[in-house]
Amino acid sequence: MKVLASIALNVFRESVRDKVLYNLVLFAVLLIGASYLLGQLTAGQDMKIIKDLGLSATSIFGLFIAVFIGIGLVWKEVERRSIYSLLAKPITRVDFILAKYAGLVLTLLVNLAVMAVALYAVLGAMTLLGPPSLVAALDAPPLDPRLLLAIGLIFVELALVTAVALFFSTFSSPILSAAFTFGLYIVGQFNADLKHFEQVVDSPAAAWLARALYYLLPNLAPFDIKALVVHGQPISAGYVLMTVSYGIVYIVFVLLAAALVFARRDFK
Amino acid sequence: MLAIQTEDLTKDYAIGFWRKRPRRALDRLTLGVECGEIFGLLGPNGAGKTTTLKLLMQLIYPTSGSASILGLPIGSLALKRRVGYLPEHPYFYDYLTAEELLTYFASLFGYAAAERRARVTQLLDQVGIGAERRLALRKFSKGMLQRVGLAQAILNDPEVVFLDEPMSGLDPLGRRDARALILELRKRGCTVFFSSHILSDAEALCDRVAVLARGRLVAEGRVAEILAFDVKGWELIVADIDRALLTRFGAQVSKATEIAHGRYVLELPGAAAPDRLLAELTAAGGKLVSLNPIRETLEDFFVKHVSADADAARGPAS
Repeated sequence: MKVLASIALNVFRESVRDKVLYNLVLFAVLLIGASYLLGQLTAGQDMKIIKDLGLSATSIFGLFIAVFIGIGLVWKEVERRSIYSLLAKPITRVDFILAKYAGLVLTLLVNLAVMAVALYAVLGAMTLLGPPSLVAALDAPPLDPRLLLAIGLIFVELALVTAVALFFSTFSSPILSAAFTFGLYIVGQFNADLKHFEQVVDSPAAAWLARALYYLLPNLAPFDIKALVVHGQPISAGYVLMTVSYGIVYIVFVLLAAALVFARRDFK
Repeated sequence: MLAIQTEDLTKDYAIGFWRKRPRRALDRLTLGVECGEIFGLLGPNGAGKTTTLKLLMQLIYPTSGSASILGLPIGSLALKRRVGYLPEHPYFYDYLTAEELLTYFASLFGYAAAERRARVTQLLDQVGIGAERRLALRKFSKGMLQRVGLAQAILNDPEVVFLDEPMSGLDPLGRRDARALILELRKRGCTVFFSSHILSDAEALCDRVAVLARGRLVAEGRVAEILAFDVKGWELIVADIDRALLTRFGAQVSKATEIAHGRYVLELPGAAAPDRLLAELTAAGGKLVSLNPIRETLEDFFVKHVSADADAARGPAS
């Protein structure tokens, strides 16, 4: 366990020294700039828009971190041959994959946590500075704790995307891994449509194939509860639990596949 | 118990894009290395030295055959705690300092914080980069990286250490230090297995060597035996003589080359008696600069065996 923690912390240190966290500054600037502009343009809707924009930006910035670090993490070690010295130490290849994943998820978590703080800070400032009548008229409180729920599901979704990126990086080049991961991310947003494909096609084979793909490919749409949170719509605990469980099970399978591929690989 | 044992160790790589075909990188290598000896694996580029080391470190898997180190199967965690490895042209995380890198690796061996600090400090001083401990590795020269590589290979006080081209990238001072380090390891009872194409290092360090060519073991033996050859000739450097004097010794000298005014390199056949010639030269006013016997070196041995293997591979028709 200590070994895994050492490797994971080193991944985090690499991200910090590679200046990955600089994107947080960009995020904060974007959010504050947008809130100022929207405050000038809209009447009463600015709080909702800031929440929507903040959550979307969290998701997109997180996606870039997940994909761009995830695809290079293993590839870079192999390509630069730093893995030779590392694997000669008392660790297994499965340890290596799990620790790399844990380090990347830690980086993601720190990023999302800082973004969440920035979002709440902007919302807090707007509440203090805005007219009280407008705040009272909102569907949801300005500093809604359910924003954390939305960010939590974004985190699980991005942890899944990270696992996918890591899986591709165990055997593929960064460009191909990025293409595959982004491709799966986009497919994942519309995956639910495959489940009932038989309603739009006559061929049973095509319907069967679509159903198989539905189970094989990640279904990412359920992780997106931004609209529900922003508009104060109810979200059941069962839904959140099911979605998180689905995410965890999918991550476990993807990491298992990554470990299997990596364990058999020759480092020429 | 042998420190390292391989039995018919074979590795084929698949080459080609569509129609993959095997290319044999290592062919049925059977070797045994005694505990406490320095063993050199020699061969030209592409002979299979790095492949052998990677197989022993389980960075690649054998196509067939087996290997064990200290009686344990290769790749086991129990074994990894007892061995060290320096890869060829090592590369480390360039965002870390040398101290951070070694501390990180030490944590993988489970050293406690205080022990880790002491060990890392001692090792950095031992390999001569104590002053640069806080410098990012991206600023290190190739030779300095090689020193870091040596330090991380012996971080866990290993019983067996594998060094792939340990002298590569080192300047003469670095090579001297690396030699001293390897000899120090042997003194502590550590078995050293290293690959090299720098034959003088193998000559100076190894108890035994094996020569690989095209993936096959072509020779193996004690360096002392391999180097126990007759003197093939003598090389004499003399000063303050003139060409007229040299003509008197024409029959004894097989070749004379003037390297500066009045200074000559004389080559004498093995059967010649250099002391008699030397006495005559000094009596005529010449001065001796140096006298060296010309013996068959490991280089000759290496070339002879590799060439023989290449001839055998070409076959009688060619």
